[in-house]
Amino acid sequence: MTARTYGTGLPGMPQGTLGGKLIVIEGADGSGRTTEVALLKDALEVEGHAVVDTGLRRSDLVSAEIDRAKQGHTLGATTMALLYAVDFADQLENKMIPALAAGSTVLADRYIYTLMARAIVRGASREYARELYGFALQPDLVVFLDARPEILLHRAIGKYGSLDFWESGMDLSLSRDLFESFFLYQARLSREFDWMREEYAFHRVDANRGPELVHEEVRRLVAPLYGMKPPPRPVGREPRPTGDRARRRAASS
Amino acid sequence: MNAERPSPFHGYPGRLLVFEGLDGSGKSTQAALLGKWLSAQGYRVFFTEWNSSDLVSSVIRRGKKKGLLTPTTFSLLHATDFADRFERKILPPLRAGYLVVCDRYAHTAFVRDAARGCDPDWVRTIYSFAPRPDRAFYFRVPVSVTLRRKLASRLKINYYEAGMDLGLADSVEESYERFQSRLKREYDRIAEVDRFAVVDAIRPVEAVQAELRANLQPLLANFPTGADLMHDG
Repeated sequence: MTARTYGTGLPGMPQGTLGGKLIVIEGADGSGRTTEVALLKDALEVEGHAVVDTGLRRSDLVSAEIDRAKQGHTLGATTMALLYAVDFADQLENKMIPALAAGSTVLADRYIYTLMARAIVRGASREYARELYGFALQPDLVVFLDARPEILLHRAIGKYGSLDFWESGMDLSLSRDLFESFFLYQARLSREFDWMREEYAFHRVDANRGPELVHEEVRRLVAPLYGMKPPPRPVGREPRPTGDRARRRAASS
Repeated sequence: MNAERPSPFHGYPGRLLVFEGLDGSGKSTQAALLGKWLSAQGYRVFFTEWNSSDLVSSVIRRGKKKGLLTPTTFSLLHATDFADRFERKILPPLRAGYLVVCDRYAHTAFVRDAARGCDPDWVRTIYSFAPRPDRAFYFRVPVSVTLRRKLASRLKINYYEAGMDLGLADSVEESYERFQSRLKREYDRIAEVDRFAVVDAIRPVEAVQAELRANLQPLLANFPTGADLMHDG
């Protein structure tokens, strides 16, 4: 990939070309992001590509501080946005860029877009968010897993048995009701993702469907990055049978 | 008659007074003396320093040990710390109508980050949440004077204060001198843009203090004291 940033680059940024590829999977909590990252990592490794996966709040530098701040709920909006920026910058410089320079594929489970959207719905201007993260590398591909709020809600409840304080934006005091706050918060995030979709060239994938169909479509988007022909798009085909139905069909044939 | 008129710079009833300059330029001494004087006149004064919170100092310690810190993370980390201080300590008294005296403000980051190679415009954007002060004093002294004061005080020169992370020189004293010279150049450069009131800080403490007090008279002319506020309305 070309080492190109959105805005002002990092001091000491490598110039020219980085051997690896940067693929970003974005989407709300419950959009199936993590599942897709695991599937894609596996598929790429089977093809022989070295893959380094990364996500938010995983830096050695400040992830503990972020966790602590979230428990105490004591930091202001600007402070929190900047703390996340430290975490991102640390991972970019100490993990992603070295991996890319070494020719690996970096698979990012969320990127600056989630961080920008969160900061904006908490009061930062779009301009501020854009400039703050101007040092981020432009990925080779950004996949946006788009799912309806109702779907996200059911997946969240299915996964955690309840709604998460932060994913429901409870710190914003949009509503004292967790359920209502969740919808209001997701709608605001979604409005931010909408304008970013064009500016940051998101490839939207319909994530209201099951993980297999999502994965097939992501594979079609990823294939050209490795100079491969995308697998044919199935037209009007039924979802691949899974579970009991598949087993029954296999048994009867 | 002493209504709290909002500041033209940030729109709050309080006033933001900033003290900037190199370590050893005497600004902290001057800020403390000025605070005393303002309080003695009955003004409501709130004093804040640029000292790193537990959060940032522990991260910096860890980052240094593991060699993880880069100019960008270093800059963002200090911005985080400043934002926390701003949101919790500077903004509330400013809104409540205090004279807020800051021993260092965002300009400290502008000069330090620029000296570490960060893009100055980017740094300013990061700090755009911090309003322009009503008055910013820049204590200008030659680097040789600050080094002499530093050595005389027998305080150990801090690793980052000496810019040791930049690998400018092997010895701490030499690195300190080079790094502080970069900071001074940067302060001198932004003095006009940021409309600093430049104070010649090699003069005796009393002379400098008298100049500060005279300089602030117009700004304080219509500013209410605590007593005015109590008897208002």
